[in-house]
Amino acid sequence: MFGAGGGTSSYKEIEETDVIVLWGSNARETHPIFFHHVLKGVRNGARLYVIDPRRTGSAQWADGWLGIDVGTDIALSNTIAREIIHQGLHNREFIDRATTGFDEYAASVQEWTLERGERETGVPADVIRELALTYARADRAEICWTLGITEHHNAVDNVFSLINLALLTGHVGRYGSGLNPLRGQNNVQGGGDMGAIPNKLPGFQDIERDAEAHERFRAAWGVEIVPKYGWHLTQMFAAMERKELRALYVIGENPAQSEADAKHTHELLEGLDHMVVQDIFLTRTAEMADVVLPASASWCESEGTVTNSERRVQRVRKALDPPGDARDDIEIICALAKRMGHDWSYSSAEDAWNELRSLSPMHAGMSYARLEELGGIAWPCLDDDDPGAQFLHGRLWETPVGGPRAPFFAVVHELPVDELSAEFPLRLTTGRRLDSYNTGVQTGGYTSPLRRPETLDLSPEDCEQLGVEEGERVQVSSRRGTVIAPVRIDPTLRPGLAFMTLHFPDQVQTNILTIEATDPKSGTAEFKASAIRVEKLPLSQTDAAPGRVALPAR
Amino acid sequence: MDLRIQDQTATAVERRAVDAVLGPPESAWAGAARNETEGHFARGGHAARSQRHLLLPTLHAVQAGVGWISPGALGYICRRLTIPPAEAYGVASFYALFAMEPRPPLVTHVCTDIACMCRGSNELVAELERTVGPAGEPSADGWSMWLESPCLGLCERAPAVLVTRAGEDPADRSIAPASAADVAAALAGTLPEPMVPDLVPQRGSGDVRLMRRFGTVDPESLDSYRSHGGYDALRRAFALGQAGVIREVSESKLLGRGGAAFPTGRKWDAVARQPIRPHYLVCNADESEPGTFKDRIVFEQDPFSVIEAMTIAAYATGSEHGYVYLRGEYPLAWERLVDAVTQARRHGFLGEDIMGQGLRFDIELRRGAGAYICGEETALFNSIEGFRGEPRNKPPFPVDAGLFEKPTVVNNVETLVNVLDIILEGGGHFAETGTEGSTGMRLFCVSGCVRRPGLYEAPFGVTLRDVVEMAGGVEPGRELRAMLLGGAAGAFVGPDMLDLELSFEATRAAGVTLGSGVIMVLDDTVPLVPILLRIAAFFRDESCGQCVPCRVGTVRQQEALLRLADGRPRGSVDAEIALLDEIARGMRDASICGLGQTAANAIESAIRTLRPFAAAGTA
Repeated sequence: MFGAGGGTSSYKEIEETDVIVLWGSNARETHPIFFHHVLKGVRNGARLYVIDPRRTGSAQWADGWLGIDVGTDIALSNTIAREIIHQGLHNREFIDRATTGFDEYAASVQEWTLERGERETGVPADVIRELALTYARADRAEICWTLGITEHHNAVDNVFSLINLALLTGHVGRYGSGLNPLRGQNNVQGGGDMGAIPNKLPGFQDIERDAEAHERFRAAWGVEIVPKYGWHLTQMFAAMERKELRALYVIGENPAQSEADAKHTHELLEGLDHMVVQDIFLTRTAEMADVVLPASASWCESEGTVTNSERRVQRVRKALDPPGDARDDIEIICALAKRMGHDWSYSSAEDAWNELRSLSPMHAGMSYARLEELGGIAWPCLDDDDPGAQFLHGRLWETPVGGPRAPFFAVVHELPVDELSAEFPLRLTTGRRLDSYNTGVQTGGYTSPLRRPETLDLSPEDCEQLGVEEGERVQVSSRRGTVIAPVRIDPTLRPGLAFMTLHFPDQVQTNILTIEATDPKSGTAEFKASAIRVEKLPLSQTDAAPGRVALPAR
Repeated sequence: MDLRIQDQTATAVERRAVDAVLGPPESAWAGAARNETEGHFARGGHAARSQRHLLLPTLHAVQAGVGWISPGALGYICRRLTIPPAEAYGVASFYALFAMEPRPPLVTHVCTDIACMCRGSNELVAELERTVGPAGEPSADGWSMWLESPCLGLCERAPAVLVTRAGEDPADRSIAPASAADVAAALAGTLPEPMVPDLVPQRGSGDVRLMRRFGTVDPESLDSYRSHGGYDALRRAFALGQAGVIREVSESKLLGRGGAAFPTGRKWDAVARQPIRPHYLVCNADESEPGTFKDRIVFEQDPFSVIEAMTIAAYATGSEHGYVYLRGEYPLAWERLVDAVTQARRHGFLGEDIMGQGLRFDIELRRGAGAYICGEETALFNSIEGFRGEPRNKPPFPVDAGLFEKPTVVNNVETLVNVLDIILEGGGHFAETGTEGSTGMRLFCVSGCVRRPGLYEAPFGVTLRDVVEMAGGVEPGRELRAMLLGGAAGAFVGPDMLDLELSFEATRAAGVTLGSGVIMVLDDTVPLVPILLRIAAFFRDESCGQCVPCRVGTVRQQEALLRLADGRPRGSVDAEIALLDEIARGMRDASICGLGQTAANAIESAIRTLRPFAAAGTA
C-alpha cells in the first residue's frame, strides 16, 4: 500500500500490539502459523476482533465477533469511521501532517450512522461502536486481512476502506500499528516482489512510469523494457475470449479448477492453440496441456529465497535432487530462453539473486551471506549496512514527512454482483479448511484426521426449513450452474448463509456456482459471494454417487 | 478458542447444575437457544476465558447434582467456559471424588488408610465384603455402592467413612467411628445427622491458646465469636498499621505450620513490597497428609478465627482477594466455613470498607475434590485456576508469581490462627513461648493406638513422650512399637525416641520432621509391613504423574515392597533394600515437588530403624 505491495508490520509487532482486527480472515485455519503470533499477542493481553460472516475458529478466539453480511465490509468500515470522527477520536495530528483528502473522506462517511451500519451489515450498532472505540482508543492496533476482503468485485475499494481506518487513527507506520494482508502461501509475497505481477518490474518498480528503472534494466539486460502493463489473470481470460491470447505458459497454477465459473474457464483453456504447464504435479490443467514441464519442489529440491508476509526474505536450500526428469525452475526457464536465442547463463541461484540485487534497490543489501547471518531480512534493505525494515511507512511520522503523503480514498458501498432474489435466496460464501489448500493439488496427496468430504454447509434453521438432514444430498444451483452436494448442518452459520470450499473439485465442483465478476483493478473474482438455491433431490437420487456434476441450469 | 465439543448434549439436570454456578448462558454461542440477532455477533475472548477458575466449582456442582460427569455435561461446561474438552477432561479426571463413568448416586467411601488400619478398618472392609458385597459393585437397585478410600482426615475417630449422595438434594456426611451396620444403613439410604464431633480432650484447660474457644464459642455465630474476643485482633492490627503488623509477625518468629516451616513474617513482607498488583492471599486448608486433621477441627470449632486472621494478613500484605482451599472430604467444616464467610460478609467483616477502615477484602471458597497433591502450594494454585493440580517449578516462588501469576501469600490454617495472638499480645511476647527456634504453641494430631486420640495443643519443646501421655498412652498391656511423625511423608521412630524434643530444630537434628504435626502411634498389635504397603500404595495413587522420578519411583517402590512382603525378594533382601534406597535418592533429588521428594521417607525410616524385613533376609 502507498506504493509498496506488502504488509507493514512484523510478526513480532502482532505479538506486542494492543488490538488485533482480523478482517475477512480465518487465520486460525488459513494462516495457522501467523495465528500463533496472534495467539501470543492475545496471551500478552491484546484484544482480538474478528470480522467474518461466519463464526469461524478465529472468531471463537475473539473478544468480539462481528458477523457481517457478505460483501458489506465498506458499509462497516465507513460506519466505524463515522463513529470515530463523531466521537472526536480521529488522530488530528497524524491526519494533518501525513495524509491528504481527509475532508472529502469525512464527508463521504457522514451518512454512515450506527443505525444505517446496523441495517446494512446486520451487526448490532453497539457492537460496531465497541469496535470503533476499541480501535481508535488503542495505543497500538493492527488490521490484518485475507481473501474475505479481496475476493470481491470491489476488492481494491475494500482494501482502501481499511487503509482509511488506519490513516484516520494513525495506526500505521509505528511499532505495533499497521496494515497487513496475509499471504496465502510461503512465497506469494516473493512472487510479487520479483515482478510476477503485470504492472511492476522486480522490486515494485512501475513498468509504465519508472524511467530510471527502465534505464537500469536496459543496461543490464541489453533490451528495451516496453512501458506497457501486462494482463492480470482475469484480463488474460478475457483476452482468450476475444481470441487475442492464443498460448499460455502456466507455472505452478491450476486455473482449470481454481477459477470461478469453472465450466467457462474450461472451454477457454480448451480453445487455446498451445498450453505449457510447469508444475510438480500433473494437475487437471496439466492434463489439458500440450507440453508439461516437470519442475522441482522449491522448498527442498531447489536453491533460492522465499519472502513471507512480514516481507522477510529467507534462504531456501536444496536437500534432495528432483525425481526423474524434473528440473529446477531456473534451469527450465534458461533452457527455454536459450531455444529462443538468449543465453542467460546463470551459474547458480545466487547468481540470479545478485542480478536482482543490482536492479531492485529494495533488495540491494541482501547478499546470501547477510541473509544467512541475520536469519532473513525484511525489505527494504538498501545496502550492506541496512538491517532491513521491521515496519513500513515510519516516514509518515518523520518531521517533515518523508516522501508523499498518504491519501484517503472515499469508497462507496456496493452489494455483491450476484444479487439475492426469490429464485436464489441463499448467500453462498467460500473459504478454506485447515488441512486443505485451494483446489487440493498440494494437499490431496496426504491424509489428515480432520479431512472430510466436500459439503454444502447450512444453518440449522435453513436445513429445517428445507426439510433436509445432515448428509442428505441436495441440488445446489446458482445463476451459472448446478452441483449436487451433501448437506452439513453448521451451527456457526446463521439463516441465509451457506458455505462451501474449493478443495475437492473432483467431488463437487464448487466453482460451477461461483461468479466471475471481478474487480477491474486487481482482477480478483468474487468467490466470496454467490446467490444460490438449494433443492431436495428426488428420493431415487439422494444416495447416488457423490460429486457428479449436473447439467448447468441455463 | 476453537472447541471441538462432542456430540453428546447435556441433560436438563446437568445444565441446571452448571447454570447454578455460572448463571444462565448469555448467548446461543454459550449454549442458550439460538436466536436471530446472535448470528451477527458474539462476545468472548478474554472475558470468557477469565472464568476458567470456575471449572472446579462447576465440576463439583455436576458431580453433586448428577453423581457423575458425563461427556455431555463436560461439553456444556467447556462451551460455557471456553475450555477445550480434552483439557477439561484432564482436569475432571484428575480428582478422585469426580466420577467420569456412570455410577450410583450414593457412594460410601471407606477409609483404609494407616490411621484407620490401626483401629479396625481391615475388619470393617472384610465385614462389608461379606454383608454388602465387593467394593465398587453397585447395589442390586443401582442406588448405592461403597469404595475404599485414602485418608479421610477423621483419624481421631477411626475407622472413618464418608457418604456422598448426589441428586436433587445432595448431601455429604462423615461417619466416624463407623461400624459395618452404619455403612449398611447409609447404603440403604439413611444418612446420619451431621455428626457433632467429640470435643477436643483439652477442652476447658487453661493451657491452650489456639484452641481456647473450641467448645465454648458457637461456631455458627459471628456474634458468639465476637463475644469471645473475636475481631479484637483486627482492630489492634488497624492500630498497628500495615508495617506494624508485619513487624510483630516477624518478631514473633512464627514459622509456617503446614510442613515447610518458612518464616511467615518474611513471606508477608515480600508480598507487601511487591509493586505488581493485585496480590492474592490463599489459605491452604487442603490437609491431606494421612494422619492430619487439625485444619478440619479448626473450621468445625472456630471458623471465624481463620477469617479474621486472613483479614489481618490481607491488610498487611495489600491483598484484596483471598481464597480458602478446603479439602473436599470435610462436609461439616465446609458447611461451617461457607456459613461463616456468609455471616462475615453480611456484617461487613468482609467486602468493602471493613470496620470502617477503608479495607477491601473478600474471600472465595474452593473445595478440593480428592487430590493429595493439591496441598502443595503451586499445585493448589493450578487447581484454583481450573487446571490439573500439578505442581509448578520453583522459582518463581509464590511471593513473586503465585496464583494467577501474581504475588501471593499462601499460609496454612494453623499458621494464620497464630497471628491473632501475635497481634493481641505482641510478637515479642509470643516468642517467649516455645523454644529458641520454634516459638509459640503447636497443634498435634495424635491418632492410632492411643487411649484418647485427638487434637492436642502444647508449646514447642515438649517431648514426644509428653504428647503421647496427654493422649493416654497405649492401651494397658500393649507395647508401644513405633510412632509415625509428620504423616506419610514423615518418618517412623521407635520408642527409644520418646524423649525427642518436639521443635523444628530438634526434629531436624534427629533427621525426622514435625511436618503437619502428625503423631501416629503403633502398638504391638499392628503389623508394620501392611502399613508400609499402604503408604507405598498411597503415594503411587497420589503421584500426579507430571515428573518421571515420582511417577516411576512410587510404582517401583511399591513393587519392591510387595516382593519383600511376599518373602520373594529379587536377589536378596539387602539387594531390594539397596534398590529402595536408590529409588528414594532418585525421587528426592529429581522430583519437582515435595510429594516425590518425601515419598520414600517413611518407608526408608521404617526399614532403617524398625527393620521389618530383617528376619526374612541376611541383614
